[in-house]
Amino acid sequence: MRPRVPLIAGIAAARAAAGLSRLVGAGGGTTVPGKLLAMLDPSAVDRLAARLPLGSALISATNGKTTTAAMTAEILASRAHLAHNRSGANLVSGIASTLLAESGAELGLFEVDEGAFPEVAQRVQPRAVCLGNLFRDQLDRYGELELIAERWRSAVRELPESTVLLANGDDPQVGDLARERPGAVVFGLDDPRHGPSQLTHAADSKWCLVCGRPYRYAAAYVGHLGDYRCDNCGHARPHLDVAARNIELDGLDGVAFDLVTREATRSIRLRVPGLYNVYNAVAAATLSITLGATLDEVEAGLDRFSAAFGRFERIEVGDKRLLVLLVKNPAGANEAIRTLVTGGPPRLAVIALNDEIADGRDVSWIWDVDFEPLFDGLERLVATGERAAELALRAKYGGFPADAVELETDLGRALDRGLALTKPGGELVVLPTYTAMLALRKIVAERGFVRPYWERAA
Amino acid sequence: MKVVIGHLYPDYLNIYADRGNIAVFERRAAWRGIELEVEEVGPGDEVRPGAHDLLYIGGGQDREQALIAPDLAAKGESVKAAVETGAALLAVCGGYQLLGQFYRDRSGAELPGVGLFPLHTVAGERRMIGDVLLECELEPGAPRTLAGFENHAGRTYLDKGAEPLGRVVAGFGNDGESGFEGCRVGRAIGTYLHGPLLPRNPWLADWLLAQALAHRLGEAPGLEELSDGLEGEAHAVSSARAHERGGRF
Repeated sequence: MRPRVPLIAGIAAARAAAGLSRLVGAGGGTTVPGKLLAMLDPSAVDRLAARLPLGSALISATNGKTTTAAMTAEILASRAHLAHNRSGANLVSGIASTLLAESGAELGLFEVDEGAFPEVAQRVQPRAVCLGNLFRDQLDRYGELELIAERWRSAVRELPESTVLLANGDDPQVGDLARERPGAVVFGLDDPRHGPSQLTHAADSKWCLVCGRPYRYAAAYVGHLGDYRCDNCGHARPHLDVAARNIELDGLDGVAFDLVTREATRSIRLRVPGLYNVYNAVAAATLSITLGATLDEVEAGLDRFSAAFGRFERIEVGDKRLLVLLVKNPAGANEAIRTLVTGGPPRLAVIALNDEIADGRDVSWIWDVDFEPLFDGLERLVATGERAAELALRAKYGGFPADAVELETDLGRALDRGLALTKPGGELVVLPTYTAMLALRKIVAERGFVRPYWERAA
Repeated sequence: MKVVIGHLYPDYLNIYADRGNIAVFERRAAWRGIELEVEEVGPGDEVRPGAHDLLYIGGGQDREQALIAPDLAAKGESVKAAVETGAALLAVCGGYQLLGQFYRDRSGAELPGVGLFPLHTVAGERRMIGDVLLECELEPGAPRTLAGFENHAGRTYLDKGAEPLGRVVAGFGNDGESGFEGCRVGRAIGTYLHGPLLPRNPWLADWLLAQALAHRLGEAPGLEELSDGLEGEAHAVSSARAHERGGRF
């Protein structure tokens, strides 16, 4: 057995590493200290989390975990000093780093990578777990969706009895986890006006979990999330304990809805758009209420919330503005595009496709994205990133005119080109994958337009 | 003149953007003024004799593959008959495995396949994931390369004398050891390469289209050249990726 480094010494070494990492410009130091600590003492996370007087809450999902955590943080801000991994470092090391940085924190609020969820849950022993959705995502890294669902199922079974499970009932795989968990709280959307009964191509869990026949959807809101029922065996969406009703979409400016809990109904206004943000808000509200927040705090917190890191984030660049929408998998990209187009389709867009580990090395997912509604309105597309040519091919075989695509693998030059084509006072739409988003933010920060993410996180 | 593609189980087997391959067939036919129709062939639908010039079958997750396996077994003879009477076929990943003789899972249980391709697949310990580059020679004297991405736990073993699709330049291939990838039987091609395969390897799309036309017309017509500069660039990046980080045991 490896000799255990005393926690205090490990923490000191790890904190020093964070400073060093920023000093050499290697990034925010958001995972370096955690990695070091995890190496020196793998169980340090357990002990650091155990020190939090109000315990921890975990949020996991393929899509929306960063935004859901950020919304929850906004709601709980006045209630507790949070340890929150807001820059999205969501593996064990990122959570360790956050715990190190926030030594005075009372409550841990962590978004957790879907694959890392079982280990994090076992180490942190959370008081609440909020599970949102499972979509196909980076199959080269995560493997098949069924595999993740199976691992979640085992992890949920092993949670302490006192842990409250909050589950999105609109996702068949996730909603099913609530069935066998006493005290679970199920949330979802309930406004069939916004959900067609036809599934999109990116729908994944469309076969009945019990008998394998296709589900019939009374409403499909986002991918396979919706109100489903199997006509063969009767397996159906569980009863919703917390629901969003009377949803009113307001283009790119926001969305309003009624939050209906067992006790009360409250009108909620969001400054971020789209049905997928209603899912994020309902998840955040359900979690916050479980952690003790009042409906007043929920309403005010969601009203204050502007945007999470790179998700429908607006960045002023001189006399122009960037609208940054992270894209990382078919379901998420489809919703970003659907929302973008309802606000009036843009005529120019920069799409940045990288293929690093955090993006997924397999770029085939772009062919499963319904880019066509975006392409239909575009006069010009700037394709950039390491796999720009692949993206340009996606546009070409999607029927987009080849001479309207500009190929520029260098992100900085692509950004310049996009800005040059944008009128003063105008907005440039940028859809980057994860590492491309980080790189673009760095470029914009170097030009003095946005603070680096580790400063924002501080 | 119309080419008809039979797309097998598009609702179930579509895990690695198989619709990209279909889009390539559609566009490249349309750019040349060739009429092309894609017929979806789902559970319970028949593969009618002579109806399809090209059959396409993609890959799915284990659950989806298990859901359609009995139906595919029932269609097996008509799929084989289509290929024997000159239809072209492209099978990718899971579809490739299902068209072999059998698949042996981790517990040792054997699922029977269609038996179109002379090969069998055995579930392995470690998944073979990464960029991959092949050299192949579908037409004697005309060597070409195929660049794609592979992600499979199954190790596929070709029967003695079976013809592989190509030789692995970088990446794992059928079993990570033999140095071969895919399988060819006449106008039928099976492979693990997705990405999807055809956009960055348009020559294979054209070869398959020509075979499909040959099925319809009796002989393969010459196909008009298209401007494939962008496809070439994507192919070059993908090949470089395979050289840099293609998998090996």
